[in-house]
Amino acid sequence: MNDMTRLENALDVTEAKISARGVQVFYGDTQAIRDVDVEIADKTVTALIGPSGCGKSTFLRCLNRMNDTIESCRVEGTILLDGEDIYDRRVDPVQLRAKVGMVFQKPNPFPKSIYDNVAYGPRIHGLARTRAELDEIVERALRRAALWTEAKDRLSEPGTGLSGGQQQRLCIARAVATEPEVLLMDEPCSALDPIATAQVEELIDELRQNYSVVIVTHSMQQAARVSQKTAFFHLGNLVEFGETGHIFTNPEDPRTEAYITGRIG
Amino acid sequence: MTDRGAPARRTQSSLFAADRRTARRNAVEARFRLYGLLAICVGLLMLAVLVVTIVTRGTGAFQQSFVTLTVELTASKLDKSGTRHLEAIKKVSTFGYAPLLAAAFETKAADLGIDTPLNPKEMADLLSKDAAATLRDHVLAHPEQIGQSVEFRFLANSRVDGYLKGRVSRDSIADDKNISAEQLDFVDALVAAGVITKTFNWDFIFGADASDQRPEAAGMGVAMLGSLAMMLVVLVLSLPIGVAASIYLEEFAPRTWWTDVIEVNISNLAAVPSIVFGILGLAVFINYMHLPMSAPLVGGLVLTLMTLPTIIISTRASLKAVPPSIRDAALGVGASKMQSVFHHVLPLAAPGILTGTIIGLAQALGETAPLLLIGMVGFIASNPPDSIAGALLSPNSAMPAQIYEWAKRADPAFYERAWGGIIILLAFLITMNTVAVILRRRFERRW
Ligand SMILES: Nc1ncnc2c1ncn2[C@@H]1O[C@H](COP(=O)(O)OP(=O)(O)OP(=O)(O)O)[C@@H](O)[C@H]1O
Ligand SMILES: [Mg+2]
Repeated sequence: MNDMTRLENALDVTEAKISARGVQVFYGDTQAIRDVDVEIADKTVTALIGPSGCGKSTFLRCLNRMNDTIESCRVEGTILLDGEDIYDRRVDPVQLRAKVGMVFQKPNPFPKSIYDNVAYGPRIHGLARTRAELDEIVERALRRAALWTEAKDRLSEPGTGLSGGQQQRLCIARAVATEPEVLLMDEPCSALDPIATAQVEELIDELRQNYSVVIVTHSMQQAARVSQKTAFFHLGNLVEFGETGHIFTNPEDPRTEAYITGRIG
Repeated sequence: MTDRGAPARRTQSSLFAADRRTARRNAVEARFRLYGLLAICVGLLMLAVLVVTIVTRGTGAFQQSFVTLTVELTASKLDKSGTRHLEAIKKVSTFGYAPLLAAAFETKAADLGIDTPLNPKEMADLLSKDAAATLRDHVLAHPEQIGQSVEFRFLANSRVDGYLKGRVSRDSIADDKNISAEQLDFVDALVAAGVITKTFNWDFIFGADASDQRPEAAGMGVAMLGSLAMMLVVLVLSLPIGVAASIYLEEFAPRTWWTDVIEVNISNLAAVPSIVFGILGLAVFINYMHLPMSAPLVGGLVLTLMTLPTIIISTRASLKAVPPSIRDAALGVGASKMQSVFHHVLPLAAPGILTGTIIGLAQALGETAPLLLIGMVGFIASNPPDSIAGALLSPNSAMPAQIYEWAKRADPAFYERAWGGIIILLAFLITMNTVAVILRRRFERRW
């Protein structure tokens, strides 16, 4: 390792937005995640890759405590957001989720109008004082999610009437409308065509200016295109974590190499 | 995975002719469809028999025979003092009015030239026992009319009414000392002259119940108010309690041994016979809390106990039917649990909750057994309540209790009214169920 990378690593450690240490997740008695240590830096995109069922979504849901809603789920270890343990007893998960937004694997718009879908978060968090401000937030969020041109004339129509890909972008708009500090995206592009995918990737790149983004993806190309850091999960273990370029060109673990080149998964 | 797996024994067959297996399968299917069709036909037949029976027996109650008479309000009989003081007029009891009715009949018969062996009193017996009281009430309300001749529409006696409706025939009155063949002849003449007419009987729907002697005057109205008051109590109590309990159990309660016990018990409560709730109501609300006997409030409380499990079960089912991804979505943008329930889950579950509530209310509306124990059956609801508090607290009956009460009485005229009451009750139930179905359709389309 040369000095440059060492410096970068040191920088990363101090700027870690989220640091997970020794995270274990259990569903009942079965362990879904084992000893995961990850540092998610501020203003970067971190990609989580790995074969289906390896625990990517599970890990992602730990980061905003969405796992709390699953009765059988138990999380051990520490996860720090800006140095504060999010599993501390004093932490209100509702407040945490306002800071750490999420786009789910399956599009799940509210059965309300497109406008209300996007405006819901800002409304409950009191981000807009007037109707005009709210309109502005909604428009901005829809533009960022590359849905504005399609949706601007049908804002009052139900969000559930959109196509699958449009619904997913609506969910992205809904998540960015609350201006979270960290955005967790679980396969946001799995239902999107290449054009919309490119737009969402552009959005992710733009979000990186201010937020950190954690994205789960099954597309190696996408991980390579949008992320700076990549974590490879396999059977609940974090096999490898590092610079995206490094992982894709020069993986250290044979399992990573096998997955990237398409031999396992 | 290769083409070599293709069966070797397959013979050439035409798609136009069914092979043996297909033919057998189709036969089984056809038979099954026939069974289903038969089952539906049997059901429809039963329904048709039910509807036809109820309608043929009950419609009579909605018609009533009236006698139109011009009564001379003779001053010498009604106001002996001649001062027109209300106090003085009140001294004349209903017996004092009876001769006026007899006289009116006599005049009428003479005017029409009807030849009858009946004396005037026997003629007046064709009227309901109510008639003299009706007359007196009118005079007390309009004392200035004393001395004039006023036209009245009196209820005919139930035998006359039955004769016009075919319930009473000349054969059936052989042993009946309430009416004679001569009286029926007179009735025939009066009907021909248009003095006795049969018209729609609003008083049956809106009027009060009457004592054993006057089935022709009995109505459902007061019992209907009793039922209405009970339903109000049931709705006001069981909807909020049921919905709150369901939301807590479904959305907030941790799944522990304790909540499981509660859950099982709620399901069991739904299956408890209603008479059990009745005796509970008697013990707790009347004997222990000393709430008044026969009061719709107590009836409503008992029916609330009975309706709660129904509402809780249907509410929980509709909450469960809301996809969990909606809750995730709300939590994911930072909504609290409460916000996710009240902003998203509850509105989606509302049609199901409403339907369950209406069906629970409909069940409660038709319930008779618990009312038996708290004294709402057997009470003669002859006075409409004068206020909302009165509607809740003063003794009353309820629709099904009223029907039971009528069916129990000896006079066939009451029996007819019991069937009529059933028509009214069914009309209520059908309306409520239709509303439930419409609500469900209406809201379900929204998403
Ligand atoms: N609610 C749950 N209850 C029990 N087990 C679960 C639950 N959710 C996930 N699991 C298990 O945890 C493991 C990891 O699941 P997870 O959803 O995190 O996989 P994933 O990496 O996101 O897969 P995919 O790429 O298919 O989305 C799987 O073995 C799964 O069966
Ligand atoms: Mg997943």
